[in-house]
Amino acid sequence: MNLTLHVWRQKGPEDRGRLERYAARNIDPELSFLEMLDQLNGELIREGREPIVFDHDCREGICGACSQVINGEAHGPQAETTVCQLYMRQFQDGDEIYVEPWRARAFPVIKDLVVDRSALDRLIEAGGYISVGTGGVPDANAILVPGEAAETAMDAAECIGCGACVAACPNGSAMLFVAAKIAHLASLPQGRPEASRRVCSMTDAMGREGFGNCSNHYECEAACPKGISVKFIAQLNREYLKTLPKAATSKAP
Amino acid sequence: MQLTQLLRNSVGRKLIMAVSGLLVTGFVVSHLLGNLALFAGQEAFNLYAAQLQQLGPLLWLFRLGLAGTLLLHVFFGIWLTLQNRAAKPTGYAINRIRSTNLAAKTMVFTGMALLLFLIGHLLHFTFRRIGLPPELAHDAGGTLDVFDMVTLSFQQGFPVLLYAGAMLALFLHLGHGLGSALQTLGACNDKFLPGVRKGGFIVALALLLGYVSIPVLTFFGFVTP
Repeated sequence: MNLTLHVWRQKGPEDRGRLERYAARNIDPELSFLEMLDQLNGELIREGREPIVFDHDCREGICGACSQVINGEAHGPQAETTVCQLYMRQFQDGDEIYVEPWRARAFPVIKDLVVDRSALDRLIEAGGYISVGTGGVPDANAILVPGEAAETAMDAAECIGCGACVAACPNGSAMLFVAAKIAHLASLPQGRPEASRRVCSMTDAMGREGFGNCSNHYECEAACPKGISVKFIAQLNREYLKTLPKAATSKAP
Repeated sequence: MQLTQLLRNSVGRKLIMAVSGLLVTGFVVSHLLGNLALFAGQEAFNLYAAQLQQLGPLLWLFRLGLAGTLLLHVFFGIWLTLQNRAAKPTGYAINRIRSTNLAAKTMVFTGMALLLFLIGHLLHFTFRRIGLPPELAHDAGGTLDVFDMVTLSFQQGFPVLLYAGAMLALFLHLGHGLGSALQTLGACNDKFLPGVRKGGFIVALALLLGYVSIPVLTFFGFVTP
């Protein structure tokens, strides 16, 4: 199949950037979207042109590196699929395809389709962990986890930190990402001791990193390659509400 | 953590939006229920209006509280919207919507429209500066028959259209706002999530129909003393 691509090209963070048109010829429908770009890049290199720079790592849908907005949809048109798992058979011969980087103030473009997603790492640093003492291996089943809580935590922990939620959100909000982490840890007994501090510091950090505020468009859930539910955002809100009585009675430090 | 941190936190500010929005919605519901007394005739409606006025200081306490809540809602709404615009400085060449809707995308605009409408509405029926039919204008400062004021006002085409338009904005605003407020208050889970979003639109539709019935039925002569 033959396709026309409109790809965002940007030399560096300071460059204004623009969409450029490319003809992708003789594309095997069984190629993944990234393999299609590899093939196109091969041709560009042979012609002595600068190849398209894009992020990728595992190519099996679990690393969250392939951050591309394809035809206005984060990770492309197929639901719950990363770009590496999106196959060209999803497109028709002769299609025009627009490929753009994640767009959000918190995700500055580094080059072409690569954005800096380290703001998500700093959100995790703000509290997306549990503090554990070092020492011997703890006994199995020393802390009992109800089956239902384990399931909820696993559903939330499916997040691969790709940033599609931020890219799809009209407000550039990282609420679903933070909610997934909050819900994952708050659902487990190991996460409870720090739950209150965690939800406050992680949501404070969202503002510092330049993410927007959630206004419940739910575009994030629709874009999430792991199908993380916005019910976790409600759970985050509940965790935040729980901190308020304590906040109201505590004195200034 | 201090309670003042509520203002610096994204979720905290959203909570203020949700609670103030729900409080104002509570007024919007009770305002409609009271105004439906119009359909019970001149005597009933005037009695309702007179008894409201008799509340005296209590009425003013309520009005001030409501105005404060509304101002809070407007202030935080604009602040949140400006932050959200700043967080998404560049859009996409192609934008495909998967989940959001017109109501959610136009919250700040329908909100502003409602604020403008509210100012006009207060000037109209509370301060009686605009929109009154000429035969009532001279009497505006004196004891006015509230039933006549409403029915004669809505016998003119322009106010009816304006009120109906504003109620459409109310429908959109509450359609998204109600479900959104409940989500912000953490009321959603697997079971409630889809229902809450639909429920918000159903309640908003009921309010739209209720409110629009007043000017429209009056205009077509269904409201008689």
